Amino acid sequence: MSNPPTELLPTATNKSGTRSAGAPTARGRTGIARILLGRDTVIIYALVVFIIYAALFIPRFASPVSTGFLLLDVIPALLIALPMTLIIITGEIDLSVASIAGLTSALMGVLWAAGLDIGLVLIVSLLAGVLAGAFNGLLVAVLGLPSLAVTIGTLALFRGLALVVIGDNAVANFPPPLTSFFTSKLGGTGIPTVMIGVVLVAIIFGVVLHLTPFGRGLFALGYSKEAAIFVGIKVVRAKFWLYVASGSVSALAGIYWTLRYSSARSDNASGLELTVIAAVLLGGVSIFGGKGSIPGAIAGVLLIGTINFTLRLGRISDVVLIIVTGTLLIASVVAPSIIDGITKWLHTRRHRRTLPQASASGATRATASGVQEGK
Amino acid sequence: MTIGTSPPDTAATAMRRTSGGLASVLRLRELPVTLALIALVALTYLANPLFLGQQGMKDLLLNATIVIILAVGQAMVIITRNVDLSVGSILGIVAFSTGTLFVAVPGIPIVLIFLAGMALGALLGSVNGFLVTVAKVPSLVITLGTLYIYRGLNNAWAGGTQYFAGDRPDSFGALSVDTIAGFPLITLIAIVVVIIVAIFMASTRPGRDLYAIGSDPEAAKLFGIPVIRRVLLAFLSNGVLAGLAGVLYASRFNSVGATTGTGLEFDIIAAAVVGGVAIFGGSGTVVGAAIGALLLTTITSALAAIRVDKFWQQAIVGLLILAAIVIDRITRIRTAKKLRRSEARDV
Amino acid sequence: MINSPEPTIGRSITPLLSLRGAAKAFGPVIALADGVVEILPGEIHALVGENGAGKSTLVKILAGLYSLDAGEFLVQGKPVTFRTVADSKAAGISVIYQEPTLFPDLTVAENIFIGRQPKNALGLINRSAMRKEARALFEQLGVRVDPDRIAEGLSIADQQIIEIAKAISLDANVLIMDEPTAALSGLEVERLFHVARALCSNGAGILFISHRFDEVFALSDRITVMRDGEYITTHQTNEVTSPQIVREMVGRDIGALFPKVVAEVGETVLKVSDLSRTGVFADISFEVKAGEIVALAGLVGAGRTEVARAIFGIDPYDHGSVELHGARVKPNNPQAAIDAGMGFVPEDRRKQGLVMDLSVARNAALTLRNRLSRFGIINAATERRAAEDWTTRLQVKTRSQEYKVSTLSGGNQQKVVLAKWLATEPTFLIVDEPTRGIDVGTKSEVHRLLSDLAGRGIAILMISSELPEVLGMADRVLVMHEGRLTARIDRADATAESIMHAATAKLERSL
Repeated sequence: MSNPPTELLPTATNKSGTRSAGAPTARGRTGIARILLGRDTVIIYALVVFIIYAALFIPRFASPVSTGFLLLDVIPALLIALPMTLIIITGEIDLSVASIAGLTSALMGVLWAAGLDIGLVLIVSLLAGVLAGAFNGLLVAVLGLPSLAVTIGTLALFRGLALVVIGDNAVANFPPPLTSFFTSKLGGTGIPTVMIGVVLVAIIFGVVLHLTPFGRGLFALGYSKEAAIFVGIKVVRAKFWLYVASGSVSALAGIYWTLRYSSARSDNASGLELTVIAAVLLGGVSIFGGKGSIPGAIAGVLLIGTINFTLRLGRISDVVLIIVTGTLLIASVVAPSIIDGITKWLHTRRHRRTLPQASASGATRATASGVQEGK
Repeated sequence: MTIGTSPPDTAATAMRRTSGGLASVLRLRELPVTLALIALVALTYLANPLFLGQQGMKDLLLNATIVIILAVGQAMVIITRNVDLSVGSILGIVAFSTGTLFVAVPGIPIVLIFLAGMALGALLGSVNGFLVTVAKVPSLVITLGTLYIYRGLNNAWAGGTQYFAGDRPDSFGALSVDTIAGFPLITLIAIVVVIIVAIFMASTRPGRDLYAIGSDPEAAKLFGIPVIRRVLLAFLSNGVLAGLAGVLYASRFNSVGATTGTGLEFDIIAAAVVGGVAIFGGSGTVVGAAIGALLLTTITSALAAIRVDKFWQQAIVGLLILAAIVIDRITRIRTAKKLRRSEARDV
Repeated sequence: MINSPEPTIGRSITPLLSLRGAAKAFGPVIALADGVVEILPGEIHALVGENGAGKSTLVKILAGLYSLDAGEFLVQGKPVTFRTVADSKAAGISVIYQEPTLFPDLTVAENIFIGRQPKNALGLINRSAMRKEARALFEQLGVRVDPDRIAEGLSIADQQIIEIAKAISLDANVLIMDEPTAALSGLEVERLFHVARALCSNGAGILFISHRFDEVFALSDRITVMRDGEYITTHQTNEVTSPQIVREMVGRDIGALFPKVVAEVGETVLKVSDLSRTGVFADISFEVKAGEIVALAGLVGAGRTEVARAIFGIDPYDHGSVELHGARVKPNNPQAAIDAGMGFVPEDRRKQGLVMDLSVARNAALTLRNRLSRFGIINAATERRAAEDWTTRLQVKTRSQEYKVSTLSGGNQQKVVLAKWLATEPTFLIVDEPTRGIDVGTKSEVHRLLSDLAGRGIAILMISSELPEVLGMADRVLVMHEGRLTARIDRADATAESIMHAATAKLERSL
């Protein structure tokens, strides 16, 4: 066994003369360019373009009434999309959100029908959402079970509990001042009063994700759980609280749904989970985790909501809407990979021509079976 | 020279070998779900013997048939570490097209109906597979998209139209009524499907490739397994089976229309998971998925038979799914511990 | 064995495999400009070069994963084009990658035969035949592995053995091993070499890639050197010395490989007492003083990393205590360890040390995220400045702080890991295999840096499987065997023999 090189040159101090990569000249896509070309920003552009188009060409779109209805419609999805964004960024998912909203709604109906004070009804319903979220958090974060499977389970469980609570009854006689508050608008703008609360929740989630140490941790966690642990990120705790947040916000959405339509039923908001996830993914949040933003997710929800609304204004059936949602979602994820592929192919082609054509004897055209080609 | 995992003592090895048969049965991932099914059926039978009467049995099997076929297909996809959320929509579109075919082509042979349905399913399934493999986008996203698109197409096509059993020949409906040895014909079809797919998955090279891909997709690529072709195959097969399920749906149920099969996706995935198919691929069997489907559908009948409020049914299904996941985790931890213990530290 | 230094051209022996003028580009990046390699029957051919020299690209071309942009590729004298991995396999080439590529859910036997399982009369897989063939293979290799167990949980050494069994069963006449020993040590490497030599004596050729020169010189017949995607030269192993190879790899004379400066040893920083975790390690007690580099040596699986993880709070421990500057550190809480002044450069840079998809700046500032926030809000500009500070000091080469850390070379990535910990101004630093998979040039930079840090009074615990590194860097060596400390050796007494002895023999010496 020969010895490894061990000669010591004590004179060699710092700067060992490794090749310098030529100073920071080419800066690549950094700073502002990166933000302007980001995947989530593209969706914001798309939203703006579409709104301008709709305002110009769709009759009755640019009116306070339209704005009002549009926003009233998207509020549940908008709310739930916020915690969903954070959860998907950590690489997990929550499919039980709509069921939690349904459970909250059912509970509200039963408690109100039982004659409880409306304030108490609201508090208990919200608490149910918190508990439901904590249950998810317990299974996913603390026990470390796969969230996709777990929340399919709780999707059935919570919806099932909603059925147990209220059966196939419906409760409708909520206090009129409350229900009318939930459909009231801010002056003549057409913007629903509850939007103030929604915007507040959105700001909280945006700040938490983008401007706090906790948020930094979530991105790291989404890319690499192990690396996150090594820098002291408390993975279990972070995920647990995200599910609690998701449950709470879903409960808020359930309460909103109940009071807006003045109807508490077990099947309220059913199927909403898929709409929310589709919108969040459309908004540039990566299903693999680690990538995404709150503005992007909001734009995703609003884009689907706005297209939905204009199609209805144009008396185009829901059918088209469903197809549009699906196509947008697929296009938004497939397009980048196609563009990427084309760019790579072009690069390679251009490059191949400039490379030295070593031994042009056509050795590269035979097959693995070893067909001999004459030189 | 010994390297690595030599069992510490030969006595233990010998013991393991003699108890190998029993031990391997106990290790089966399908065991918990099978026991749960047996327990459920036995307890319900004790409470209400009519549950296993001729009619009760038949209803039980009829209810399970379509879910079994879908769960088997879904299991193939999940084993490759993918998922197909669009099965409900595929089933819907095929069921409606079956209704349409009978009306548009009077006297069409039933065999042709089956072939047409499965071909349509294959087409829709391979669109999923194509997008997943070629565009390299996670299947959860792609099939969420096609769930909407296929449903939309079905809506656009069907509009308000519905076809009823009366529009179809009696011989077609008879598939879900006539029995052989107590088994409805469509259930026999499902059983044949389970057997064929089970053999494919357990004992053919492409079948084993699907497990390898789900176990470690990167390694599969390095190893030279034709990953794209195999994953395509899984999605295509799932499409064919969803198509078959769509045809059978039209035989079993009175009406088919725009909303047929809506919201099935999570029930199907749940059946596979309850049956021991790991959600992240690589392990589980289609037989397990079929038993899982049988268990979930049986619960409904069982609750009715013992007069439990029908509203409890879905909550119990949810609990079952969670129980299956927890049990799976516990067995995994136990196996890991056992493997660690058997590993001789002979460095 | 091959003795002639002449190239094979004009000789009677046809090379098993010969690649000339191989080029491969990815978009604008030229990974390989002029790759040359030739493998003769019965030879063990080493391929050396710094990271980024194009070795991995060359291996992937041979494996059929990448297609050639240009160049001549002959297998047994016949030109070939591989479009898939299957083509390469069919041509008798088998590759063992650095990280074993087994399927954790499948059985050992199935892992060996996947894709070509023996069939019965019905065309279905014959499991008992498969099991029998696997047993025969293991017998041939002289190892005992249960073919029916699933691959999950196998040690890396066992996984390598299964990869070799796979290669043998493929009747491969060219076996390519890409850093097979990176995660192995001592005896395991010897066993691997034994098998490799046996294969060669049957006429197979082996291409062996390694960063460890002792192995390269112990095993190979010829050495091919690559640099910057180009072929430099090929030597007969017995006609060349390692300094010469290093020069050719780096393209210049390299500074001190182990620039150990003995620093002034201060007071005790870390004190570990009776640390135990059932089934993993037991009764671990030691101290590290300011300015000291203490090496934790031993074989892979001896429990070194596990001890380090417990000290840093990533894993729990059952009893014992960890004190830093006399104060107990809260167990199982990495954040508490960081706050107390610990840093941890983990062994797996890609999975544990860095978040590969985040930018250099984000990675470097990740440890500081709590300190950088005011009223719970992080200021992006402050974050970038903090990140820039240490990455510049360590001369991390990146075009922009905003680039993903995955675009950096291995050595530069390791510098980012070091930067993010140095930014927290630790008083105690754990470095686990600090130079694994790092090219020679950066390696000595990392060593110099560690030496420098110790000189500034930081206490360092270094885990290393490379004996030269341990001998060159450590003030004291602690040796572990099967979860226990079996020896403490001072720098003056530390030799390869004394360390290996303690690492392999179970010495219940009073410590």
